[in-house]
Amino acid sequence: MTRIRVLVGTRKGAFVLTSDGSRAKWEVSGPHFAGWEIYHLKGSPADPDRIYASQNTGWFGQLVQRSDDGGATWQPVGNDFTYATEPGTHLWYDGTPRPWEFKRVWHLEPSLSDPDEVWAGVEDAGLFRSRDGGATWTELTGLRTHSSGPGWQPGAGGLCLHTIILDPAHAGRMFAAISAAGTFRSDDHGETWRPVNRGLHDEGTLPEEEPEVGFCVHHVEMHPSRPDTLFMQKHWDVMRSDDAGETWREVSGNLPSDFGFPIGVHSHEPETIYVVPITSDSLHFPPDGRLRVYRSRTGGDEWEPLTRGLPQEHCYVNVYRDAMAVDSLEECGVYFGTTGGQVYVSPDAGDTWEAIARDLPAVLSVEVQTLA
Amino acid sequence: MTAVRVVLPAHLKNLAHVQGEVTLHLGGERDLEVTRQVLLDALESAYPVLRGTIRDHVTGKRRAFVRFYACQQDLSNEPADVPLPAAVVAGSEPFLIVGAMAGG
Repeated sequence: MTRIRVLVGTRKGAFVLTSDGSRAKWEVSGPHFAGWEIYHLKGSPADPDRIYASQNTGWFGQLVQRSDDGGATWQPVGNDFTYATEPGTHLWYDGTPRPWEFKRVWHLEPSLSDPDEVWAGVEDAGLFRSRDGGATWTELTGLRTHSSGPGWQPGAGGLCLHTIILDPAHAGRMFAAISAAGTFRSDDHGETWRPVNRGLHDEGTLPEEEPEVGFCVHHVEMHPSRPDTLFMQKHWDVMRSDDAGETWREVSGNLPSDFGFPIGVHSHEPETIYVVPITSDSLHFPPDGRLRVYRSRTGGDEWEPLTRGLPQEHCYVNVYRDAMAVDSLEECGVYFGTTGGQVYVSPDAGDTWEAIARDLPAVLSVEVQTLA
Repeated sequence: MTAVRVVLPAHLKNLAHVQGEVTLHLGGERDLEVTRQVLLDALESAYPVLRGTIRDHVTGKRRAFVRFYACQQDLSNEPADVPLPAAVVAGSEPFLIVGAMAGG
């Protein structure tokens, strides 16, 4: 029987939500690692019971936890994320040079084929890989040491590498996104990187016409059947690329606001995408206090609000960049979590929504596993 | 041989799967000057999961929101190679590792 497992990272621990394929009745387990920030959890596509979790506090630093039984039990694995070469400097908010300093793991991306291989995107921006189930981590220095690196400046959340996409069709191709440097592409398994930001604009903030870097990319998604098409929620603007990041064009269309954090892609319809518009960069809550997911069935430009089951008054939550995911059941389920501690599911591709949980700590990430 | 008592903060007790105090037996057969460095090296050797949670992996410095106390003294800013108080070395007083009050 098909089952769904939702992995939820929050400000105060991790939660695992499970249901059968009806997605009507849910069991909630947790908090795992109570009191710790869990920025991200993600299961291995090659072995779904292998799950990696990023655990952090300002007091005691970074840990990585691994489960080999679907989140029932966990063991701490390696937590040494030492940059492999002299860290050098990036720009601080005030424009002065600042030494690279490891702070936390934002995103864990397990390999598509090897349960023991997992990638980690960290703050200050760097890319690490483990090939022994998380026991040891090695930095792939090509990204951090890119010639544009000394000019990277943090976004409000820090200089974080928050998105890692592994291309299932082109061997060695992967993408990474960094706030507020931009999107980068590698075609050699992460050894070397180049910025792929042509077509992005941050009005009024950049001195050059087409700078190579300097974009506050919030999240990027790819549908596995169309690996050359990327969808991006930028600080402002929803963008798409149809040439593996070489060029981007805006598809914000009729959205009430094109500011937001997550972006999702339907599991079976590569031109059906989802965003959660947020009022502005200074007002991190939905326009008019109405929580609306917007869906485009045309790969952008034309958007429809999805409201059934979502609060349509007095709602002032945010939805973070890694807090939206889809399952791969025949009728695609869409999931997202809020800073108010709600986790919502739509079992019908966004037409209707229901809260699985309402009172969790602020949700930092949501991932979904569809289990046979 | 010296038996030093260490009290961990709650989160690190959970992480190391310990309850109450930790007792570290330091020194072996030779005399050893018990410093914070020696104590933390022994603690991390006994509980490798604590590596990086009290001291930075690279610099070895105390993490900013971790404090050290013993014998009603704040030892947080003492150099790591200074001998610990005699009462700690004798095991009559514990060495306290504390998560600093922070936030609001």
